[in-house]
Order: sequence, then structure tokens, then C-alpha cells
Amino acid sequence: MSKKMHIKLKVNGKDEEFFAEPRELLIYTLRERLNITGPHIGCETSHCGACTVTINGKSVKSCTMFAAQADGAEVTTIEGIGGPDNLHPLQEAFKEHHGLQCGYCTPGMITRASNLLEENPNPTEEEIRFGMAGNICRCTGYQNIVKSIQAAATEMNAAKEAAE
Amino acid sequence: MSVAKPLPHDAAKLHVTGQARYVDDIPSPRGTLHLAFGLSAIAKGRITAMDLSEVNSSEGVVAVLTAEDLPFENDVSPSIYDEPLLSDGTVNHLGQPIFLVVAQSHRAARVAARKGKIDYAEEEALLTLDQALAADSRFEDGPRIYQKGDAATAITAAPHQIEGTFELGGQEHFYLEGQAAMAQPQDDGAMLVNSSTQHPTEIQHKVADAIGLPMHAVRVETRRMGGGFGGKESQGNALAVSCAVAARLTGKTCKMRYDRDDDMVITGKRHAFRISYRAGYDAEGRLAGVEFLHLVNCGWAQDLSLPVADRAMLHSDNAYAIPAIRIESHRLKTNLQSATAYRGFGGPQGMVGIERVMDHIAFERGIDPVELRRRNYYAAPGNVTGDNTTPYGMEVSDFELHELTDQLLESSDYAARKAEIAEWNKTSSDLKRGIAFSPVKFGISFTLTHLNQAGALVHVYQDGSVHLNHGGTEMGQGLFQKVAQVAASRFGIAMEKVKITATDTAKVPNTSATAASSGSDLNGMAVKAACDTIRDRMATFLAERHQTTADAVAFEGNRVRIGADEISFDEAAKQCYEGRISLSATGFYKTPSLQWDRIKGEGRPFFYFAYGASITEVAIDRRTGENRILRTDILHDAGASLNPDLDKGQVEGGYVQGAGWLTTEELVWDGKGALRTHAPSTYKIPACSDRPDTFNVALYDGQNREDTIYRSKAVGEPPFMLGISAWLALSDAVAQFGPGYPALDAPATSEEVWRRVRRQRNEL
Repeated sequence: MSKKMHIKLKVNGKDEEFFAEPRELLIYTLRERLNITGPHIGCETSHCGACTVTINGKSVKSCTMFAAQADGAEVTTIEGIGGPDNLHPLQEAFKEHHGLQCGYCTPGMITRASNLLEENPNPTEEEIRFGMAGNICRCTGYQNIVKSIQAAATEMNAAKEAAE
Repeated sequence: MSVAKPLPHDAAKLHVTGQARYVDDIPSPRGTLHLAFGLSAIAKGRITAMDLSEVNSSEGVVAVLTAEDLPFENDVSPSIYDEPLLSDGTVNHLGQPIFLVVAQSHRAARVAARKGKIDYAEEEALLTLDQALAADSRFEDGPRIYQKGDAATAITAAPHQIEGTFELGGQEHFYLEGQAAMAQPQDDGAMLVNSSTQHPTEIQHKVADAIGLPMHAVRVETRRMGGGFGGKESQGNALAVSCAVAARLTGKTCKMRYDRDDDMVITGKRHAFRISYRAGYDAEGRLAGVEFLHLVNCGWAQDLSLPVADRAMLHSDNAYAIPAIRIESHRLKTNLQSATAYRGFGGPQGMVGIERVMDHIAFERGIDPVELRRRNYYAAPGNVTGDNTTPYGMEVSDFELHELTDQLLESSDYAARKAEIAEWNKTSSDLKRGIAFSPVKFGISFTLTHLNQAGALVHVYQDGSVHLNHGGTEMGQGLFQKVAQVAASRFGIAMEKVKITATDTAKVPNTSATAASSGSDLNGMAVKAACDTIRDRMATFLAERHQTTADAVAFEGNRVRIGADEISFDEAAKQCYEGRISLSATGFYKTPSLQWDRIKGEGRPFFYFAYGASITEVAIDRRTGENRILRTDILHDAGASLNPDLDKGQVEGGYVQGAGWLTTEELVWDGKGALRTHAPSTYKIPACSDRPDTFNVALYDGQNREDTIYRSKAVGEPPFMLGISAWLALSDAVAQFGPGYPALDAPATSEEVWRRVRRQRNEL
């Protein structure tokens, strides 16, 4: 067994500190060590996006990143975006616009979408389609996913304007 | 009434917050063990020696099991007991499970599973249809043949003939959640199994056989799947049985989930076909006769291949009244993964066959492909003058496609766009556009008639809340929500009062798989029956108490009106409880009117048909074969939809999955039988960026002519076949590059399009 490493993460605003083998993948850290099961395991080769999280402001497929690589980073999962009683506008939009069917890709999809809207608060439909191309959904045909992100962007921009 | 409202999926709030639990998310007890299979490295042969010592000594390994260690049945087949859980010494495909590792972690099990040293006496594998046909390697004694009239004579006597042959590839399900199961030992040897399955009763049955107990000792629970698409109808058996056997052996909770590569290498896929056709027709393109030859690659075990191949035959007419037809189907046994159920269950393959024929004739005669199809359509109800029966003798009495086609042509502006595309193509040399139409007529019901039954269990509690259970499983299609809408409507209460619970073999027994698009039809009716039983009991009691008659009791708006009086539903439930009225009931439904002889190919296998049509426009680049879907228009018949938004979601997703099957999704095996496309890196599933640039989807405004639940229609599978127009549109675009019919194979990948363009241009 390889020597364990001392790793510190801030996950959804909470400090976490633990010892782990260098080869421990971040998705296992989240799901098994921290019991954060929103990010799902889909393909384990960074193609499907079910495990997408945000690390220091960037979208990352957590199935192909070692926990050690994330040492010191801020990690946000779907659980950190909003809960059942305080839905984020994206979560509200995915719910209301049927941006999901089986729901397995949904946490990664929304986490990626939140980052996309950070990068580009006013995306065109085409920018959404290409910006989301790293997250696979096998159920919806993406129609309502795109619609949900458009609706959330409109909602978030309106809220921002109202605040200014 | 909740019915017909476009309410969100019942678990939407859980999904968007990551709180919805799948099998791998369920908290498991400390000490839970994890399983992995050791797989065969060859496609066919015998195991001559097996050294598992390094597997046993691998870190974290608790036990290693081979076929000899299994206490009872060694079988996970859903049909004829021909599929051992662990190899009995023979190897039938590359990736077949040979031994089972039980270890302290998922990773430890997977690492150990790679350490088996197995010697084989390798035999020559049958991988292709030609090899299997030459070796007469097949299921059933010979081909199955369905026919109507004398097709050969009709074809010869017709003024014009065409013929052709094409390949139609299989398809990986790629449910986002891979196969998974967990078994927890209970009192007295009993077993609780959580399984990601479309068929909890079969899991119960196979687990019971494997641990040597009656079915009553096994309880299977399925709250949801992360996608199924048919891939979880029988393919979850191996995992659930493994978990139960290992749990029985160790006394501990055991969990198994396939790594994606294992999932793709072990589990079955859509059946690949080679279809040959011959057709005779007149100058207007009216069919006189058609012959089809289906060569079906079933893989190594029978699984569900017979009904799949049957359904392909049953959809060889699609929307067309064909005076004489003969369909010959060979179910060939090869050394590949055992092909299994996949959305449409053979129907899509049969339908692609006749759509290819229509496309080919339209091309040869220079007739507009939509017009040609309409000339051959079945007659609409009330407009039947001659024979309007299918090749299997069923009267088509609900044909909606005349009106539906008219509406779609208009809403999609087909004629003007077709003319504009023709003009545009004249000025574009490297890029060409194509447009195509395809209709769908899909038969609803299991062709194995006894499967068309369902049960439900409904409780009304004394506070007026309702607990709902039925035999259907939720895989994202919104079944639970649609059925809950039925229950809320029957009691006239708000949706929040209805709690939908996990599918559970201890609550509703002897269920059929949630398959054949039947979920809402069957379970909706069973739930309605259960609700109505309770409602009638409540009405009788309340009427007596309020000195009126039961027919003067109405349930509406969370209230119960009893003659001139009115109380809340909650109060009504309380009064009934105190009046010692049973507030729990089961419900049962069996589809009426079915009668089917699958050997003769005669009868009424379907209760009704679901219809739809699509128009797809594409562009291709001759230099690379690269292509895009520019626009898709769909009009689909869901009857009087139980939930229009959820149904539209099925239509959109079905179309994209169907188009993916016929365009980008290519399965490739090497000469040794190894699946080379065993991950999403090499197997191309449509991504968000592949979605049509413009995607107009609408539901047809209609009602089911048969008495289904609120006159709705099944919607799970039929839209999948709307994707056929994408394939035909690519053919239309390729045809712009030179004379002759392009004769595309499927999937029409970029490579296939590129090759065919080169042939059109005489560059090959």
C-alpha cells in the first residue's frame, strides 16, 4: 500500500481533512469518504460528465482527478448549489422545464451549467449546446436541458438587474 | 383533475439536488462486500485449467467463486436456462463471466478479478451472420416465416421490381447508470435485493432459484433506474444473483456494479440485422408484393431473441397495406454478447426494412417519397373499402396517419423547404442538404399475451393521505408521476396527497417487466381499479350516513360531496376509518381482445397502434462525410396524453436515440470477437451539440380509439423509430452527388457517408 497523503479540501463550503492513498480518485472521496452522492459514476473515463463538479471555478470530471490533485481546492458539488428547500434558479428551471428524465446525469449537468453561466451569463442557444457537449444525457434528447438553461439564464440576469 | 396536466417528474426536486437515490447511493451497512467478475479472454472454447491463487491472495479478497461453488441453480437466463451465471467450462463469448470475486472494496474486487490465470482450448468462433448461417448455428429449428398472399408471384407480375440488401447495426443501451444490485441477508435465509431492474419479479425468481428458496423468501425493491431502455429487462439478473449468492455465503450485505467497460463487454445490445428485400410495384409506386429476409444476430444465448425477431417481422409492414408479403426470419446464434431487449424490441429493425423499400422505390420512380408513402398507407377508419389487414391478419382500425401526415407537412413547410433545398444544392458543390419523411405505426402489447397484466396496491390512511404502489418500474419515463396523476384524479385530491413508493415484489406480486411501452397502460388501469374499489366503499358508507345514495357522492377538489353535504377528503377518510371501512385495496388489469399464434403468425397481438411521423433535414460534407441534423419536425400520437410534457420528453429523447442508432452509434468487434467500442470514447452517443439545430415537437390532438386509461396511448418506444427519417435524409443528401440509389448501410456514420459519396461520384 502506498504512503497516505494528507489532503485538505473545502467541499461545499465545509473544510474536510483526511489521509488518502495518492491514487484515490476524487469521485470516491466525495461519494464514499464524504457521503456526497449527488455526483454519479457513469463511465469512469471522463466522457459522460455524470461526476462533474466545480473546482476553483472550473468544471472538472471528478472520476479522473485524484483527490491529491485537488488538495487545497474549493470543490462544489450539486449539493452545494442548492438543496430541496432553497433551489438554485438552474435547479428550479430543470425541474419546471423537464430538463431531466432518469435524473442520473442531472447533478453533473446542472453543475456544469452553473459553471457555463459563470463563464458566459448570456449564452446563445448554440453556445449552450456546445458548452454542454461534455455531459451526456441518454434520455431527453437535450431539448429540455437547453430550454432549462436558457430559462435559468434569463431568470438569473433579471434578478441581477433587479439587484443593481 | 390531475390527469392531462403537464406536471414535472415526481422526483424532479430530488434529481436536481442530487438527493434521488440509485442503488449505488443507498447507504449500506459497515462491512458491505463488493463483487466483480473475472471474464473470459476468448470468444469460444473450453477452459482447460484455472489458477485463481493470485486472485485469492489479492489484497482485500474475501472469497472467489466458480461454477462449482454455486449452491443451487447456475443460471441467469430469462428464457430457456441456457445462460450460466459463471461459465460451466465452456466459453461462448469474449467477456463471459467465469469467476466471481468477493472483496472488501469495489476496487479490490476489480483488481483481483484481473489476476486469474486461465488456460483455454480455443475453438473457431462464429462472429458474423455469414459464419453462423454457414454453420447452421441458430435458435429454433429453422427460419420463422409469416406470409400473406403469394408475394413471389405478385412481385414477378408487377410492372416494376427492386431488390437490395443492407446491414443494420446493433446498439449499446448506455443507460447512464450502469447495472447495479445489492443484497442484504434477512431472517431465516431470506434476502432483500435492491436492483436497478425493469423486471423485479424476474430478479426475485432468479435469486430464489440461485439460493434454493421459494420466491416468498426473496424481496426485490426498485425505486428507480438511471435509464433502462430494455437493457435492464434481463441483464441485471447476473448482478442480483451474484449478490444474493455471496450474501448467503458470507452473511454480509453484498453489492455489485459493473464498471462501464465491463458493462459494455458483458451485457447484450440491440440485435444487428441484415435485411434483404425484393418488391414489385406499379407505375404510381403502389406496392403489389414484398419479400423480406431477416438475418438476426442473436449472440450466444437465447435471452429474448425470439420475441424480438418476431416483433421485427410484425413491423415489416409499418404503415402500409401490402397486398402480398413474405417475411423470413433466421435467428442466428453467434459468439458475441447475447443480444437483448432494446427500446422498440425488434420493431425498429423491421420498420427500417420497409422504409428502405419505400425510399428505394421513390428514388427509382422519381416520385416524392411522402406522396409514395401516402399512396400505400392503410385506410383511415370509416374509409376502408378493401383489405385493411396486416401481414398477420389484424384489422387496422385506428389508422391516424393520413390526418397526422397532412398536419406535419403543413407545420414543417415541407414542400417549400424541399424546393428551396433543391435550389440550394445546385449552387453548393462540397456541401449538400437532404430531407426525408418517415411515419411510425407501432403495435402496443406484449406479444407474449400472458404478460399483459398488472397489479396495484393502494392504501388510504385515516388522515386522507394515499400510498400508491404498482408493478411498474421508474426509469425516467415518468411512469410514477403519470400513475399518481391517475390516482389523484380518481380520488379528486391534490398530487401532494399521493405518495409513490418503490416497486416492491412484496407489495405487488407476479409483475411483468416494465417494457413494451406498456407501463402506463397496464399499471394505470390497475391503479384505477384499486382506487375505484376504495372510492366505491367510501361512497356507499358516506351515502348511508348522510341518508342519500352512492351515486350522489362525488370526489373533487380535495372535497367529498355527499348529496347536499360536503366534507374534506381527509374528514371522509377519518369517518370511513371510524366506520370500520377497509381503506386498502388491490387492483388488477389484463388487456382485453388479444389473441396471437406466434408460430403461424396470425391473430391480434396488439391492442392498438401508436402513430407518429417525422421530417428531418441534414447537411453533409463530401470531403469528410461529416454531417449535421439541421432541423427536425415531429408530430406524435400519444392519444389523450396523461401528461403532455412528460410524453413530449419521451418523443424528443426517443427521436435522438433512434437517430443515434442509425447515424453515429457503431459497434465494432475485432476478428477475435473483442468489442473494440467498449467505452464512450469510442462509441459515439449523441451529445448536446449533435441535437438538431431546430427541433419542433408536438403531440397529435387525438384520443385512443380503444378503452385505455383516460384514452391515452403508450409512448415509450414508438418515438424511437421517428429517428429513421434522419437516416433517410442522409441518403437523400448523398444522392445529390451522383446518379444511382445510395443504398446506405446503418449506422450511416461519417465514414459510411464518405464512402457512399465517393461511390456516387465514381471515385471508388
